[in-house]
Amino acid sequence: MSSLSSYLLVSALIFSIGLAGALTRRSAILVLIGIELMLNAANLNFIAFWRYGPNPQALTGVMFAIFSIGIAAAEAAVGLGIILAVYRHSKTTELDQMNSMKG
Amino acid sequence: MTATFLILAAITIAGTVAAMAMRNLIHCVLALTLGFAGLAALYLQLGAQFVGLTQILVYVGAVAILAVFVIMMTQHPTQTTESIFSSFWFSGSLIAALVFAVLGWAIHSSRLPYGIAPPHAEAAVQPIGDALMHKYVLPLEIMGLLLTAALIGAVVLAIHEKRRSA
Repeated sequence: MSSLSSYLLVSALIFSIGLAGALTRRSAILVLIGIELMLNAANLNFIAFWRYGPNPQALTGVMFAIFSIGIAAAEAAVGLGIILAVYRHSKTTELDQMNSMKG
Repeated sequence: MTATFLILAAITIAGTVAAMAMRNLIHCVLALTLGFAGLAALYLQLGAQFVGLTQILVYVGAVAILAVFVIMMTQHPTQTTESIFSSFWFSGSLIAALVFAVLGWAIHSSRLPYGIAPPHAEAAVQPIGDALMHKYVLPLEIMGLLLTAALIGAVVLAIHEKRRSA
């Protein structure tokens, strides 16, 4: 088992943990954090492929990871803002108590 | 596969599992910072210094603090005894396990062409800055615009709306 595939395996494990958290937790904040974990697993893949790829001088994997971190930061800010707005409306952050779409 | 990698991977995975499984949300975010710091150390170990330090600044510094603020603004101090998992937790974890099985099978069965890392692959800060200012300057500007729009949008979403007295 090469070293690249062990990094990929760690990344797959983090992605699955984030997916399990996003699918099973009741708190909307932790669902958002699970999505962040999935994005981080993708970043680890970018960095690992850049490091073990044939042309690391091109810096493409690093660039993709940097832009992905920026997108994830924007997503976290907007997501937490939406959670605050929903909390102000329905007084809860538990997902299974948000069962009305209007009113 | 070195001992450093094994230790860092164990720290990262333990942090993420604890972040997804603990009851108290503040404890979850603390465990999450451990997982993010482990990921940053993995980036540093892979030779991507700039990405590792950016990871610490953005995730451990900003995203975790933001999540803690939202938790403090929305949680009631009363301890609930009901489950932290939703009613369809079984199918959710089954889907996650199946996704991991498929990914693991794909990684295991694919013959990766690049087994050994090139000896001196390091992303120093200066080439990254050069690339960001020349080759990737348009994506950088678009990213700045997107971040500005997203932060203004987050403030607009979270600001307290005054009720109009009609």
